Amino acid sequence: MAEIKRPDGRKKDELRDFSGEVGIIPNADGSARFQSGDTIAIAAVYGPKTMHPQHKQDPERGTLRCTYSMNSFSVDDRIRPAPSRRSKEISQIVEWALEPTLMIEDFPNTVVDVHINIIQADAGTRCAAINAAVMALAHAGIPMKDMVSSIAAGKLDKTVVVDLDKAEEDFEEGEGPTDIPISITSSGEITHLQLDGNISKDQLKEAIEMSKKACKQIYEEQKRALKDFVKQGE
Amino acid sequence: MAQETQKGEGQKREIVVPGEIIVKGDEYLPGDGTKKKEGEIVALKYGLADKSENLVRVIPLSGPYNPRTGNVVIGKVVMLTENGWVIDIGTPKTAFLPLTEVPMYVNKGALDEVMDLGDMGVFKITGLGRLGASLSIKSGFFGKIDEGMVFKINPHKVPRIIGKEGSMIKLIKERTDCKVTVGQNGVVLVKGESVDQELFARKAINFVAEKSFIEGLTDKVEQWFKDHGVEPEEENKSESSESSEPSEKQRE
Repeated sequence: MAEIKRPDGRKKDELRDFSGEVGIIPNADGSARFQSGDTIAIAAVYGPKTMHPQHKQDPERGTLRCTYSMNSFSVDDRIRPAPSRRSKEISQIVEWALEPTLMIEDFPNTVVDVHINIIQADAGTRCAAINAAVMALAHAGIPMKDMVSSIAAGKLDKTVVVDLDKAEEDFEEGEGPTDIPISITSSGEITHLQLDGNISKDQLKEAIEMSKKACKQIYEEQKRALKDFVKQGE
Repeated sequence: MAQETQKGEGQKREIVVPGEIIVKGDEYLPGDGTKKKEGEIVALKYGLADKSENLVRVIPLSGPYNPRTGNVVIGKVVMLTENGWVIDIGTPKTAFLPLTEVPMYVNKGALDEVMDLGDMGVFKITGLGRLGASLSIKSGFFGKIDEGMVFKINPHKVPRIIGKEGSMIKLIKERTDCKVTVGQNGVVLVKGESVDQELFARKAINFVAEKSFIEGLTDKVEQWFKDHGVEPEEENKSESSESSEPSEKQRE
């Protein structure tokens, strides 16, 4: 089986350069930036605060509300900044990826608002959004069972790789691209998995294994960013 | 909360993120902000892990104020009801001040004569229920705020502002000549002779909140006051000792 050479010369399991930073928005209760290659996501957390409109209040537990949006200048062609079908879907995906780890049952009738902005996009925006949102939630002091890290695995023709960029996502040769965004907690549980394309069972397992390793690296970076934020104040 | 100042006595506190393992084995018991999971104690919050005696807990650095019975808080009236006031004290759940906890006669349906919407006051938390905290203003120290400057700081920095046995707050009061009341919910009230004095006190308190990670902070603050041209004065001491009394109560 011929191995595919990746357009930017990375190895199969090599990630783009990534970095995180916490506390970038002074007004928010918690905020973070996550960058992976040319994809940059910023997240701001507000709350827990009383849920409005009132009919959406849940007297049993708190609610998580994510809003994902791409800035109009984040891609080559200006995109309309209004909420779209796609941004609604990704907001929901981010909520589902994060909810299993959050412990907001002690805040009934309230909402934790997470606003995510993609200020520069080069594929893998939903993963960057989740990574930034988790850091912002931790920074805001929301109790959580675990941190979540997210990465997009994928298949280029017949080769499984991690962290696709835009050039790879548009790859057209052979079997074409398969995109598999996965979110994994630091203890190895999967909270979110999407799949767009065709893949065999064995290769999917391979992709998950590679994602687990990649998420470990991302988790270390998230941890470092949170810890360094405190050290700055010293 | 006063333990915050004991930093440096034991081992250095480590910063932890949610899901991080603090200790393994059965040596310790899990305290606030931690959970026992498969023989390991895991952090549930972002903060400083504190291991004292046989208890492990996480001191949060951020997040909503967690009310406790006996805390002194400063809040704002957000609603008037038939039998009391709804107060916003910065918690996810709102707080309630019932009519029975007000030590004066209130005309029926005229609650606004005592405290109207938007008024601020100093309250004591008497209990915590499912719906939130219940408050009281029974005591001369509590009640509506008539004058002074109110501003917010991070509620998790309050123990630092007060200092070990009130040392920091005493220093600030002495040097700024203001009366300072620190609510455990992170709302601070300063009362001085002039607005300039109050602004100076606010600057000093914000300085302490910002530098809260430094050890030996009291000396640093003393230096800060010197840099700003305030030298310790003997005659100030008698006056400030009066006003420091309320703050002693707050630390409990």
